Amino acid sequence: MNNGTKQLVVLSGKGGTGKTCVTAALAHLASKDNPPVSLVLADADVDAANLELLIKPRILESQDFRGGQVAVIDEDNCQGCGVCAAVCRFEALHANNGTYRVDPIACDGCAACVTQCPEDAISMHEQIVGRWFRSESRYGPLFHAALRPAQDNSGKLVTLVKQHARLLAMDEGRQLALVDGPPGIGCPVISAASGADLALIVAEPSRAGVHDMRRVLSTTAHFGVPSLVCINKADINPEGTIEIETYCMQHGIPLAGRIPFDTGVIEAMVQGEPVTVYRPESPASRALHAVWVRVSDELQETPA
Amino acid sequence: MKLAISAVEPHINSPFDARFGRCAFFIFVDTETHAWEASPNPALTSGGGAGTQAAQFIASQGAQAVISSSFGPNAYEALQAAGIKMYTALAGLVENIFGEFVSGELEEFSPPPDSGNNTWQGRHKRSRI
Amino acid sequence: MIIAVASGKGGTGKTTVAVSLALAIPSGSTTFLDCDVEAPNAHLYLEPKFTLHKDVGLPIPEVDEQLCTACGRCAEVCQYHAILVLAGKVLVFPELCHGCGSCTLNCPEDAIREVPDVLGKLEAGPAANGINFARGMLNVAEPMAVPVIRQLKNWQPFPDSALVIRDVPPGTSCPVVESILGADFVLLVTEPTPFGLHDLRLAAQLVRDLDLPAGVIVNRDGIGDSQVDEFCCEAGLPVLMRIPMERRIAESLARGQPLVESSPEYLPRFQELYARIQSLIEANGKEVQLAQIELVS
Repeated sequence: MNNGTKQLVVLSGKGGTGKTCVTAALAHLASKDNPPVSLVLADADVDAANLELLIKPRILESQDFRGGQVAVIDEDNCQGCGVCAAVCRFEALHANNGTYRVDPIACDGCAACVTQCPEDAISMHEQIVGRWFRSESRYGPLFHAALRPAQDNSGKLVTLVKQHARLLAMDEGRQLALVDGPPGIGCPVISAASGADLALIVAEPSRAGVHDMRRVLSTTAHFGVPSLVCINKADINPEGTIEIETYCMQHGIPLAGRIPFDTGVIEAMVQGEPVTVYRPESPASRALHAVWVRVSDELQETPA
Repeated sequence: MKLAISAVEPHINSPFDARFGRCAFFIFVDTETHAWEASPNPALTSGGGAGTQAAQFIASQGAQAVISSSFGPNAYEALQAAGIKMYTALAGLVENIFGEFVSGELEEFSPPPDSGNNTWQGRHKRSRI
Repeated sequence: MIIAVASGKGGTGKTTVAVSLALAIPSGSTTFLDCDVEAPNAHLYLEPKFTLHKDVGLPIPEVDEQLCTACGRCAEVCQYHAILVLAGKVLVFPELCHGCGSCTLNCPEDAIREVPDVLGKLEAGPAANGINFARGMLNVAEPMAVPVIRQLKNWQPFPDSALVIRDVPPGTSCPVVESILGADFVLLVTEPTPFGLHDLRLAAQLVRDLDLPAGVIVNRDGIGDSQVDEFCCEAGLPVLMRIPMERRIAESLARGQPLVESSPEYLPRFQELYARIQSLIEANGKEVQLAQIELVS
């Protein structure tokens, strides 16, 4: 980011390790720091955006998100020749009563059928596939989005959400953009990590969690985003925690801390608050304070 | 020669837009006559491939140089192939940035050193089956 | 029969449930398909021995420069801006390419041929309890999971399976849709928390859009509140099983031990679950049949 705004993205690989709870806690702790860190927040998990459940945003602006396009067949002109279905690689064209119909969920928007139809009976239509929002939250402006279920283009929507966050951060001179990332390692994660100064990987020490942590670390390394790891629910599998710590040491990846399994986190979630607000003395909250100190030190060391 | 500058608004007094692939407009300026015209960036609402689309657009308009804040690996590759020189600026008004270009104050863009595996070293190379 | 195990929210226990279901059914012809090609985990529990391998390739255009006239038609038709014509040369950007074939079809000089570029791999082999296991794995730094999932489904390394259980990735967008398409039933695994509820609504909407019968499993029951139950009631989604939160179970899962192994009392419960799913499919089956007749005649 320009003008000194740093960008931190929170990732995990495996779903459910606690990214959103950690992001919300870091937002709270950053805003309470001495001096307070000015924030802009972005929820890049557009499939299942949960950050808003913990930071009570007030929506100021919302816009349609136009994703890709889908093919539509004019049935009056369709002669049922089937050339469209023959060229479609996405199984999106099906015979129906002598003509052909497009399945909008399967259609990839490539328009190959449009170019091959001898009757010129097919056209591409842009779709509204979700909405994005600009909100005010207790810790700063929040950009978030909701993709309609079964839609494509989550990567594009993530990019849009982050771009808006980035522009606002620049305009208002905010110090830190905090991005709650999606699970996995594919397109939405790549979009979320793109341009970040630092990635915080929230790992859980289960066998599955360790496996997926490695994959997401390979991903951030590939795209040149420096990373650090915090271990959540660290006492659930001590062997796993040791494995993570050893891996990080071998690969020169700093450890941001260990957060114990703590029922206070869920209690706070049910109340709609970060755990550091609802149960500030709980083991998880204390650990999160240490994580924030480590993360904020690391952020200061990344070049602007 | 024709120079393209990424801009927020469609006129020469517009604030500079730092994004290449997704800037709102390009201001095309003739460096000899100082005549200018603005065009909306067709890649603004693109899905993937905004960088390549924007590169193709300014090449099709005959630009020989472009000023933006940063160029992604795909845009970089496309602009290089088209022989379009890339310069960087941070912020300001398009008119002033044009002035800085003319007086040779702007730096040419160079890709970041070894930032990741194969994003910058030529095209993303997968293995063949 | 194909059962897809999905959730919306990550980490609710899809793999736990899918693996338990596979282990509980003494069918002998069960295939387990791990469709979470970005972060596959089921192999950690079922320990397959991979005997079959296949690269997943996406057909990427390769232009014969001798035949190419730089007319630009390929760049015109490409909706993904993955092929450009600049200064008389054609540039291809493989990571933007969706393998649709449109440029190849539309080149007036027939100068383009398609060459498969590898973006992932498929693996299959026998696993615990005689289960046939297959999975896909997306290569790191590749953005598109859907082609890998699609090829995994079409691969059919075990063509005679009576039952296929698909472990679906988290989320609600296209990799999830691709993993679910073609299934007869969707099991939605959730947790009784605000996050669980929020994402269950989205998953339920998806299942409704796809017009498939579904049921819910509430995992880590007891940790949050009752809103998930209330939602299931309103939405007409049957709650087919509850798995109470137990630290002991969480720890053995973390070590890679399947639920039905650390807690054998769950074996008959998963067998009952399977029987209930079968009867729910049959009950919905009639309506589904009628709908299909209307569309196709």
